[in-house]
Amino acid sequence: MTDGSMTRSTTLLFLIGGLLVALGLAFFVSPLASGSPDGLEKVAIDQGFDGSAEDHGLGGSAFADYGVKGVEDEGLATGLSGLVGVVLTFGVGMILFGLIRVRRSREPRHQPTGANAPAG
Amino acid sequence: MHIPDGFINAPVSIAAGAASLTGIAVAVRKAADELEERAAPLAGLVAAYVFALQMLNFPVAAGTSGHLLGGVLAAVLVGPWTGAICIALVLLIQALVFADGGLSALGLNVLNMAFVGGLGGYVIFLALRRLLPRTKPMVVLASGIAAGLSVVLASIAFWIEYSVGGTTAVDLATVFAAMVGVHGLIGIGEGIITALTVGTVMAVRPDLVYGARDLRPQPTVLPPASVATGGVHR
Repeated sequence: MTDGSMTRSTTLLFLIGGLLVALGLAFFVSPLASGSPDGLEKVAIDQGFDGSAEDHGLGGSAFADYGVKGVEDEGLATGLSGLVGVVLTFGVGMILFGLIRVRRSREPRHQPTGANAPAG
Repeated sequence: MHIPDGFINAPVSIAAGAASLTGIAVAVRKAADELEERAAPLAGLVAAYVFALQMLNFPVAAGTSGHLLGGVLAAVLVGPWTGAICIALVLLIQALVFADGGLSALGLNVLNMAFVGGLGGYVIFLALRRLLPRTKPMVVLASGIAAGLSVVLASIAFWIEYSVGGTTAVDLATVFAAMVGVHGLIGIGEGIITALTVGTVMAVRPDLVYGARDLRPQPTVLPPASVATGGVHR
């Protein structure tokens, strides 16, 4: 594609904007999320198989259950662990997908097929 | 939708783990073809956005909540295989860092949400794109409907796994009806959030939506091979 520096800079803007939205949702909105059991938990309770759930092996870790060890305020702890999760996921994802891309460029190019193209 | 440890026995969990690992190995190869120039940060952003959205449980019925799974959303934005890796990454981080979703159930959760929900939902998306007119609003509509149905697909996958390897004797027909019923409701939320997000990106940067590559304005001079593949040209 022959896009110039303008597309490049709007892509950077898009990335920054998208990250800000994700961080904002994780920090400000997640403390307001419903605390009710989710669909699977509810079915398990109603049908009587919730008792077979075992404690999580890492249940005592610093950010277990979207809290932060040592932060008493539950809303703040949820928001902070959300920030940690978004930054961590973005960072690991960027590195991971960067490596996958690098791997591709080392391999000989092969003709892509149209199998994945929507509507032909 | 995150299965905890203990719901499903070891053989079925191990089989699902093996299936998920195989799927990831395939996805890594395929994602290399999907990822265009400078797309790695975008794929990371999609994973981070799905992580944030998965924290936002919305109420669906009395005493029940649901949250976005994000499989179709990720697939439509960055491609089905890249999207599946995004969801698997989110599930891995949730299980290891936030104690959400059992460690022994990680393979089950990746299978249900990244592959059955994500890839299965993307197949529905492609089918809808073929049926519907080739316009931008129809991309948004197709993504919303496919996303909603993907939640039901994932809930059926859980039911199959539970039928084979559930650790508690239950009435399977009742569990099926309950799972599909509640996840049909959650699917409505999934469809709305997915359509809103895809619609926003389509409005701002339609060229970044993988599932709408066929609507990109074509450059005037194209090598013949690029026309045939309908997309990846650089």
